[in-house]
Amino acid sequence: MRLLEYQGKELFKEFGIPIPKSCIAFSIEEARSLLTNGITFPIVLKSQVPVGGRGKAGAIKKCQNINEVESQFSILINKEIEGESPRGLLLEEIITISKELYVSLFLNRSARCFSLIVSATGGMDIESTENRFIVDIASKSDIEDIASRIAGMAGIGSENHQRFVDFVQRLYKLLCEKEAELVEVNPAALLKDGSIVALDSKVIVDDNALFRHPELIKYEEATELESLAKKNEFSFVQLHGNIAIIGNGAGLVMSTLDMVSDAGGNAGAFLDFGGSATSETIYQALTVISRVKSIQTIVVNLFGGIVRTDLVAQGILRAYSNNLITVPVFARISGAESVKAKEILNDSKAHLFDRIEDAIHAAVQGIKSQEGKTIL
Amino acid sequence: MKILLGNIGDSDYRRQPVIVQGMTGSFGSVHTRLMREYGTNIVAGVTPGKGGQTFEGVPIYNNVSEAVSNTNAKISVVFVPAPHFLNATMESLENGIKLLIAIPEHVPIRDSMRVIEYAKERDARIIGPNTPGIIVPGTIKIGIMPADPFTPGKTIVFSRSGTLMYEVAYNLSRNGFGQKICLGIGGDPINGTSLIEAIEMVRTANSNDPIVIVGEIGGDAEEKFVRHLEASGISGLMVAYIAGRSAPKEKKMGHAGAIVYGKYGSAESKFESFGRLGIPVAKTPAELPLLLKDKAIQ
Repeated sequence: MRLLEYQGKELFKEFGIPIPKSCIAFSIEEARSLLTNGITFPIVLKSQVPVGGRGKAGAIKKCQNINEVESQFSILINKEIEGESPRGLLLEEIITISKELYVSLFLNRSARCFSLIVSATGGMDIESTENRFIVDIASKSDIEDIASRIAGMAGIGSENHQRFVDFVQRLYKLLCEKEAELVEVNPAALLKDGSIVALDSKVIVDDNALFRHPELIKYEEATELESLAKKNEFSFVQLHGNIAIIGNGAGLVMSTLDMVSDAGGNAGAFLDFGGSATSETIYQALTVISRVKSIQTIVVNLFGGIVRTDLVAQGILRAYSNNLITVPVFARISGAESVKAKEILNDSKAHLFDRIEDAIHAAVQGIKSQEGKTIL
Repeated sequence: MKILLGNIGDSDYRRQPVIVQGMTGSFGSVHTRLMREYGTNIVAGVTPGKGGQTFEGVPIYNNVSEAVSNTNAKISVVFVPAPHFLNATMESLENGIKLLIAIPEHVPIRDSMRVIEYAKERDARIIGPNTPGIIVPGTIKIGIMPADPFTPGKTIVFSRSGTLMYEVAYNLSRNGFGQKICLGIGGDPINGTSLIEAIEMVRTANSNDPIVIVGEIGGDAEEKFVRHLEASGISGLMVAYIAGRSAPKEKKMGHAGAIVYGKYGSAESKFESFGRLGIPVAKTPAELPLLLKDKAIQ
């Protein structure tokens, strides 16, 4: 789960990590009242969207006075960034800085540990920065020592050294205690007085550890569809096209997504209902998909073995007879009882194929001929 | 990893005793039955509070210590729910388990890290979590894979995905590429056995067995694997497949580990790596055996 900037900064505050004076506003009324209650100009308005590169995308605006806030607020709060609507705007005081850093603690997957990255060029896309230093943090190592060493490598001066070490130690404490996968500060500002302030926050916490962190549940945001999918223990990702892709197993569904895309199709939903498939799981999966308005066709890729394909076919048939779905289904269902499955779906709008390539081809051709008709 | 090596069809191999943690749950019981049908020597189950009972003739113990002292098992397959994973696996490592097949999905990252680190201290190996397990076709399976797609042969398959492993094995089998061993690395960000460790486990000198790598977006396992091949000079008949190249960035695509951040974890980065060594990457799972045939002719 990726936290929004202001949520990450709430955690920063809790762990004593310095941040500029700031407040979240969800409406212009709230913003006005904040500006009469302690936030002083000049400020920046920062769109709270879970995407990077906000500066370049025009999601951050400087405001010198209340009139500028009045005019910018409504523009920014309604401006989608990479398809994401702002959840609110952060009003943050502008501070005078002398130098910017990049600091992050990230899950180094292949090393099976967390690593600390520091670069003396903050505010940049870290991947394109040459000047960065990475140190792995073994489970028994001393973070103070590591922070101190990396400060030397990155050329952090003696006037900032102790504050920097403290800053990293606090970030690390947050990372451990909240079971985060990533805590990134880009940029962190070095001030003339030697202090360090986090100007931005990017915190990703481990979804699978949330059961130990009831205090983080309030940050969880899920659309109605995502909640429904989650209740059924499905993995669901909404995309922008008109073909829904359903299957058992993440890799298989990803692979189907790639093939749909290669065939010229445009995926509108990704749904993995996990290893076991029954009449009920496929019915529930179709229930989720039926609520995605853009969907015009459904591709099912089900690799059986332990799966009884006739039961899956019954689930699809039930979805049609209950008018849950009306769009065509193109399915490849391999496994036991697949002849029976074909018989069950014989008179329905579901088409069964032996090869997924053929199912996808038929689905994409179907969509194209429909589009042809609308143009005519 | 001597436990896993041996001659295919070897009766000693089949006699290797295996315990099942979480045998009495719905998932654990179904797969205990299927593993036994395949020939795996399941000697005991562990379910706290159910000690003294049996499941289809297999004794159940309250804890791993009793199960191990009564059976001398060194292998355990774990089906317990993710929140209990840490305790269950620490217990089995403390009691002498040397190969642990970790089936559960949704294990917290820190729990995986702790168990894997402890396994190293105890000279034990974890496969997974979030893995379908291991199968030596025709001989033994420790995990949840269906038996049908797999046939005995020489090809070695390592896969980060479960169902894709079955799909790939099915395609290989149909095209005459039987499998020597198929091992599920797991779909999580942290794996007990990496691709590098997996190849070191099964590799024998002068072997020219075909190797199929089934990767996916997320992390840098494939990149590190290729670098290991370069450094160690391992070469041979190898092909790869990467799922998820059309997935959007920063979205978890079903697996906790299938997520791209910028270039880190991107399909392009993995294609680049394999390309550097001339390892062909299939566009679809069905294309893998065709690439193997092409390469074998060359």
